[in-house]
Amino acid sequence: MIHLDSVIKRYRTRSGPHTVLNGVSLRIGKGDKLGILGRNGAGKSTLIRIISGAELPNGGRVTRLMSVSWPLAFGGAFQGSLTGIDNVRFICRVYGADFNASLPFVEDFSELGKFLKEPVKTYSSGMRARLAFAISMAIEFDCFLIDEVISVGDARFHEKCRRELFEKRHDRAMIIVSHEAHNIRDYCARACVLHHGMLREYPDVDAAYTAYNQL
Amino acid sequence: MDRTAPQPDFLRSLAIQTRVIGALVMREIITRYGRHNIGFMWVFVEPMMFTTGVLAVWSLVHTHAAKLPLVPFVVTGYSTVLLWRNTINRCGNAIEPNRALLHHRNVRVVDLFIARLLLEIAGATVSFMTLTTLLSAAGVMSAPEDVLKIGVAWLLLAWFAMSMGLLIGSLSAAFDPVDRIWHVISYLFLPLSGAFYMVDWIPAHVQSWALLLPTVDCTELLREGFFGTAVHAHYNLLYLVWANTLLLLIALFCIRRVSVTVEGE
Repeated sequence: MIHLDSVIKRYRTRSGPHTVLNGVSLRIGKGDKLGILGRNGAGKSTLIRIISGAELPNGGRVTRLMSVSWPLAFGGAFQGSLTGIDNVRFICRVYGADFNASLPFVEDFSELGKFLKEPVKTYSSGMRARLAFAISMAIEFDCFLIDEVISVGDARFHEKCRRELFEKRHDRAMIIVSHEAHNIRDYCARACVLHHGMLREYPDVDAAYTAYNQL
Repeated sequence: MDRTAPQPDFLRSLAIQTRVIGALVMREIITRYGRHNIGFMWVFVEPMMFTTGVLAVWSLVHTHAAKLPLVPFVVTGYSTVLLWRNTINRCGNAIEPNRALLHHRNVRVVDLFIARLLLEIAGATVSFMTLTTLLSAAGVMSAPEDVLKIGVAWLLLAWFAMSMGLLIGSLSAAFDPVDRIWHVISYLFLPLSGAFYMVDWIPAHVQSWALLLPTVDCTELLREGFFGTAVHAHYNLLYLVWANTLLLLIALFCIRRVSVTVEGE
C-alpha cells in the first residue's frame, strides 16, 4: 500500500513560492490501477515524483509499504554521458537486480540494438522511453508509475508495452498520468482529477473525464 | 506475487546506501576515465603525476630553504594539498551532471557527494602511499619515521576535506556563485595551507593564527610523522577534532535543506 497524507509541495519561483500540491491525500492498494487527469502544469508529474520518493514534500507524509518504480517518463532517470548499457548496469546496482540476467531482456525489449552502446544523451525521446520501459520491466516492482510514457513509440511498441505491463503484470498497482483519454479508460479502474493543487477522486473514469473536460 | 513490504530499518538502509554509493562510484569512474588505456588507475596516477612534476620543478630550481630535505617536504606538502583541494573542488558541481539519477528514490543528494569524496580521497591516498613507498625504496628520501602518526594526520585531513566538500557542495547547489568563489578562495588559501612552511619557521605572534587553519595542524602532524624529531611541529588535535565536527554538522544541516529543494531534471 502507498499512502499520501496531506502532501504539500511548493516550488520557489522568482515571484515567490508557488504551491503545486496543496494537501493531497491518496491511498493506493495492491493491484490498484489509478489514472490521474489534469491540465498542463497542474502538477501531475510532481505528484508522481512525490509518490516515487524522487522528490520530498514540504509538508504531509508519504508511506510506501510496497516497492515503487521510479517515474517512467520521457526523460530523466538516465545519466546522459553513460551508454544505455552502463545506465542499465547503474540501475541494476541501485535496485539490487542482477545485471547479467536483466541485459538480454532489455536488449530484446528496447530494440535499441547497437545504440545501447551509445551515450543516452544522443537518444531521441522515444528511444529513451523504450530504454526506460525495458529496464523497469527487467526489475520487479509492486507499483509502476507511468508518466505519459505509454503515449510514445509506434503501434507495435504500444502493443509490446500493453502485453508486458498490463497483461503479464496485471496484478501490480499502477498510477498512470496521461492526456489521452483512451489510455486511462483502457487500463484504469480508478480516476482522479488534479486541479489547483487538489486531488479529487471520482466514482468512475467517465465521471472523472466529464469533470476534467469542464475545467 | 507477494513480496514483503519494505520495512525501514537501519541495516537495510545501510545496505541500500552502500549499493547506491558503489553504483555512483562506478558511474563516476566510467564517465571520468572511461575504459580506455589505464582506465580507473587515473584516479591515483593523475595526482601522482602532479606531485612528481612539482617535485621535479622544485628540485631543478632549488628555491627551497634548506631547513628540511626537499623531496619529503614537497611530497608531504603537495599530497596534502591534493587531498583537500581535489576533494573539495569535486563537490562543487556534483549535482548537475547527476541530476537525472535523482529520479531513483534511493539516490539522494548526499550520495552524489559521498561517491565523489570517496573517489578523490582514495585517489589522493593511493597516490601519496605509492609515491612515498617508491621514493623511499629508491633512496631519494628517507623512510617515514612514524607511519601511525601519518595515518592519523591523513585521516583528520580527509575528514576536514569531506566536511568542507559537503559544505561547499550543498551551498553551491543552493547558490551558484559559491563554487566560483570557492575556487578563488582555495587558490588564495594555498600558500597559507601549511604545505609550504612549518609553523615553527613563522613569527611567534602569527603561529597561533596559522594553527586555526585545520590544514596547517594536519600537515604539521603529518610532517612530525615523517621527520620525527628533526622538526618541531605545532598542532592542536583537540581543536582539529572540534573544528572538523562542527564543519561536518553544518554541512549535514545544509545538505538536509538542499535535499528538499533539489529535484530531478
